[in-house]
Amino acid sequence: MIEVFIDIILLSFIAVTAVAILRMTNLFAIIMLFGIFSFLSASLFAVMDAVDVAFTEAAVGAGISTVLMLATIALTKTQKEKVSVSHRHWLPLSVVIVTGAVLVYGTLDLPAFGDPEAPAQTHVAPYYIDKAVEETGLPNMVTSVLASYRGFDTLGEVVVVFTAGVAVLLLLGGKHRISDTGTNEIEKNEHSLILRVVAKFLIPLIIVFALYVQFHGDFGPGGGFQAGVILSAAIILYTLVFGLDAAERVIPPSILRILASLGVLIYTGVGIVTILLGGNYLNYSVLGDSKVAGQHLGILLVELGVGIAVFAVLLVIFLTFAGRGRP
Amino acid sequence: MIIDILSWILLLGGGLLGIIGGIGMHWFPDVYSRQHAAGTTDTLCAMLILLGLALQAGFSLVTFKLALIFIFLLFTNPTASHALANAAMQGGLRPQLERTAGGDNP
Amino acid sequence: MMDFIIGHYNYWVSIFLMMVGFYAVISRGNLVKKIIGMNVFQVSVFLLYISISTVEQGSAPIFTEGVELYSNPLPHVLILTAIVVGVATTALGLALVVRIKEAYGTIEEDEIHELDHTL
Repeated sequence: MIEVFIDIILLSFIAVTAVAILRMTNLFAIIMLFGIFSFLSASLFAVMDAVDVAFTEAAVGAGISTVLMLATIALTKTQKEKVSVSHRHWLPLSVVIVTGAVLVYGTLDLPAFGDPEAPAQTHVAPYYIDKAVEETGLPNMVTSVLASYRGFDTLGEVVVVFTAGVAVLLLLGGKHRISDTGTNEIEKNEHSLILRVVAKFLIPLIIVFALYVQFHGDFGPGGGFQAGVILSAAIILYTLVFGLDAAERVIPPSILRILASLGVLIYTGVGIVTILLGGNYLNYSVLGDSKVAGQHLGILLVELGVGIAVFAVLLVIFLTFAGRGRP
Repeated sequence: MIIDILSWILLLGGGLLGIIGGIGMHWFPDVYSRQHAAGTTDTLCAMLILLGLALQAGFSLVTFKLALIFIFLLFTNPTASHALANAAMQGGLRPQLERTAGGDNP
Repeated sequence: MMDFIIGHYNYWVSIFLMMVGFYAVISRGNLVKKIIGMNVFQVSVFLLYISISTVEQGSAPIFTEGVELYSNPLPHVLILTAIVVGVATTALGLALVVRIKEAYGTIEEDEIHELDHTL
């Protein structure tokens, strides 16, 4: 009962936050509210037993998205949204209300929230829950489904992330012509001693935590996606406190580009190796002496590839945004 | 039993401080005094709740993780408050020194 | 009746969020706001999927001795990857916004249309 209560309260919070995002016009406040929105949804995911998802959402939504959006409004130098009177609001509003009504009508036939007999719970999920631990030797079913049973999906996702990183580089990576974009916020801020000392102390801890998440992801919540995001957040913190030039001395962009491709290459490479060893593409069972050992090794390698790719791509995206404002 | 009562006292105290901090955020007139309210929530509230949870968990791996979170919060939250206040100061916001009724901006 | 409302509240809030995001995308002219609206829409889809995966009295899908009922791991996997893909595509959208600002000098849709007609 208490879980339902918490669930309803969090959902109401989220709804209120979304309306506030819609009604506000100050972009900075909107972005901050969006961070709160992400955190609320992460707590909601945790309440609904999706710990891995909550972890990812907390790291991505509140960390990386917010920073990227702030970088965008710094680059576009827009503080407020212009509210034009010429817009007719009744048309979008009626479209939205009609669509929403149709969708709500559709939910009436859905099984109730948490119903163990729902179709989603009775097809392929019981197989994963029964067999995953025995077939892969990993207690975290999300990791084994992610990297092994649904390895093709995840490969596709990693390639999408990689492609998005390449596209951002193509759009913003080069030298730009307009010189009047002003000085970079990140460059000119001289941060106080306290901030620099605490950052120096924290960044190694964050990196260690990211490695823990990477390699403990087989046993607890975590894995390559989360670890990559946390690791890039550590470097983003470094950039924000010590400046872009210092960060580029620590990790040169050329190395990052190689790392991004390396991550995808590790993933696809594991697939090629399994073919050469006589299995199907991404069938890790042939990698080790026993099936379980092979699965374990394959999942570890693939997660490593995912972690490296996500880390490098997110960092490339951030550094490209940050470097755009450089005079 | 005693540990249970103690942990509940800590948890409820933390929750109460959270609510007080939330009220303070709306009550106070300018950034700096609001930050005082937010700082209370950040530090003491979170720490009381963590202590209460640690007592609930007993001596286990969970307690160790909670202790790590405790240390992390101990360092980051005051720093975040400092950075925020510093940014507000550099952004040109002056503390509101006179006693005036209402109003968001100094 | 009460059971029905509790059992469907999650879906309704997801749809509400979806519509808020949709409304922000189609009615607002500011491109950054549109992207944030898209993100709200995206989170609503995540919420819908995770709601479907939840099982009453179930625990997180990490094998523990003595636990029989787990929530469905498959939607978790789909959404976990979707979140990271989401941030990458959001970054792509934001990069486009930055380029539009550099080319047109504005990120308001109306002004961009006007500039397009005068060119």
